[in-house]
Amino acid sequence: MAKPTKPTKPPKPEELVKIDYNPPEKPWMEVPVEFKPGTFCYGTRPKYLEEVGFPNPREWSPLDEDWKLPADWKDTVLDGLGERLKKNRAFHLFMDICVRCGACADKCHFFIGSGDPKNMPVLRAELMRSVYRKYFSTGGKLFGSLAGARELTFDVFKEWWYYFYQCTECRRCSVFCPYGIDTAEITMMARELFNLLGCNTDWIAGPVANCYRKGNHLGLEPHTITSNIEFMLDDIEEITGIKIEPTFNRKGAEILFVTPSGDLFGDPGTYTCMGYLMLFHELGLDYTWSTYASEGGNFGFFTSMEMAKRLNYKIYAEAKRLGVKWILGGECGHMWRVVHQYMDTWNGPADFLEEPVSPITGTKFENAKTTKMVHIAEFTADLIKHGKLKLDPSRNDHLKVTYHDSCNTSRGMGILEEPRYIINNSCNHFHEMPEDTIREKTFCCGSGTGLNAGENMELRMRGGLPRANAVKHVRDKHGVNMLANICAIDRATLSALMQYWVPDVEVSGIHELLGNALVMKGEKERETDLRLEPLPGKEEEDV
Amino acid sequence: MELKSLLTEKRAAILRKWFDLIVDTYPSDTSSFLKKQKNQFANPVGHTISEGIEELFDELLEEAGSGKVSPFLDNIIRVRAIQDFTPSEAIGFIFLLKNVIRESLQREIREYQMYDDLLRLESRIDDLVRSSFDVYMKCREQVYDLKASEVKKMTFRLLQRANLVKEIQED
Repeated sequence: MAKPTKPTKPPKPEELVKIDYNPPEKPWMEVPVEFKPGTFCYGTRPKYLEEVGFPNPREWSPLDEDWKLPADWKDTVLDGLGERLKKNRAFHLFMDICVRCGACADKCHFFIGSGDPKNMPVLRAELMRSVYRKYFSTGGKLFGSLAGARELTFDVFKEWWYYFYQCTECRRCSVFCPYGIDTAEITMMARELFNLLGCNTDWIAGPVANCYRKGNHLGLEPHTITSNIEFMLDDIEEITGIKIEPTFNRKGAEILFVTPSGDLFGDPGTYTCMGYLMLFHELGLDYTWSTYASEGGNFGFFTSMEMAKRLNYKIYAEAKRLGVKWILGGECGHMWRVVHQYMDTWNGPADFLEEPVSPITGTKFENAKTTKMVHIAEFTADLIKHGKLKLDPSRNDHLKVTYHDSCNTSRGMGILEEPRYIINNSCNHFHEMPEDTIREKTFCCGSGTGLNAGENMELRMRGGLPRANAVKHVRDKHGVNMLANICAIDRATLSALMQYWVPDVEVSGIHELLGNALVMKGEKERETDLRLEPLPGKEEEDV
Repeated sequence: MELKSLLTEKRAAILRKWFDLIVDTYPSDTSSFLKKQKNQFANPVGHTISEGIEELFDELLEEAGSGKVSPFLDNIIRVRAIQDFTPSEAIGFIFLLKNVIRESLQREIREYQMYDDLLRLESRIDDLVRSSFDVYMKCREQVYDLKASEVKKMTFRLLQRANLVKEIQED
């Protein structure tokens, strides 16, 4: 019989609690990426790539050992990188001029919320810079890792993919960079390179294919769009007693209205859309909806410049077909980045349109001289400034509102005052979040650039933590219960963010608040707000 | 001498050590940021931890206890539940307090024979860990709920329009 072995000595309590959670101290280049559940999106299905003629469509998952890349994938990436360095001088500069001062390091919402150092903008960019040095700089070619250069391997490519889909291109880091390096542009280039090899995410590629085929991300067909709006019109009639009859695809209208399709489908975007409908009806605006240019948003922008251009084209094409004078656009974030900074170069000049003038106030929107497209926040603020709207802010007295500046409209085009002006005229209770979390320094929702999928919810909660933390502060201090914004992705994603971090705060667009306050000619006495919830003082009658 | 008064006396030092051990569960580049940045909006994670452990420590010293789960425990675990931690790592930070107390007060505990008090305190810390598990699971379940409810929200209008949504009639 075998002699019983001596039992091993149990560890002492002190030893048990000494757990080292730190990753092994290796240089960052040598720590391979680990795909953790909840932090990345599914790889795209082949059909979405086939529909837009993109390369390498196949079934794949980021968790697969083999991503089924073509044999010459490395040449494709390096040639693609070289081409983009030549074409984009800013990108070339961004690869060279960073002095690693660290000013951006702790400004990224993903770093702040996750604590993962590779989410520091400087290090995220360094993932690509190290490869740039190896193949495109003399120092890197000669001295290799001593000069911060490294080979492009499959592991490096995977690491790029993981982290460049953990950047929302919000550009907060660039506000703090003394050189003005725009990390968002680096992310854009990385994503273009992924798309040369068919490595998009399903959540981005799907809307792109839908938009290319049917005109909007959700793939809504014309009859669905019109019946969705009719559904809202029924609600408006129930609330105000007024029957609104908007027109669709009407030739000869003065204005074409384009909004993100998120406003047509899914709360709370639909309440914002009801606000637009009520406002335009009250003004008697000569405008039309389009079931073809039925998307202001552009997920092509998270794919490649070329794809974004293809999707954006329909807006001018439709404006031309209908013979409108100018274009008015709804509340959206990245849609405006595209319109403001790229549309004119890509698909302009829109010389068949006129310089936008408000038919109600006569105001010339000179900032939209070339694009001919006006942001609805500017349009509405101008109406209020000229006393053209009758507003009863007490109808929003049940709301204590704060305003989240969307990254694209604030940092991308400087819309800071107009939304606040509209809120202040529509509501009696408005409270700003702390200074370093709003305006140009606003914190991202954590779900932009096509990261608003479900499978990466943990990542979204991390990225949105700094924003939610500031909302929580004004909730505790002022009792804030409504988070207003002018972005469709915000409306869709901040709701989930609030449910997790600040559960008693709801989310709305500003035209929902305006719709509540708007006193319309011939309306009945309102009992409810646009959500069909009783107005302040009407609760008892509701019982 | 009582353990409680000793803990009150050395509160600041104990909390500092506990805080340092917790933020050392993050990579070193991150932990230095979590320690240095004092602005609560620029560093919500560091702020949540430091504010939270102060309150938890004071609650631990209150022998009676309210019987409710502290909102400050919820605050800290809510953060760690969505970060790159395994479940045991996410809630294991509470055990670190035992270590800090044993190390910081080793001499006094031996000298004044406070082992009974220490055992009672450690039991209360164990209770806190037990509550942490509940909080952690609640947070995780909420994340799964959010995933499901976003999908439902997207399709609700569609189903409603197709007359596939029926209100449950009350009798």
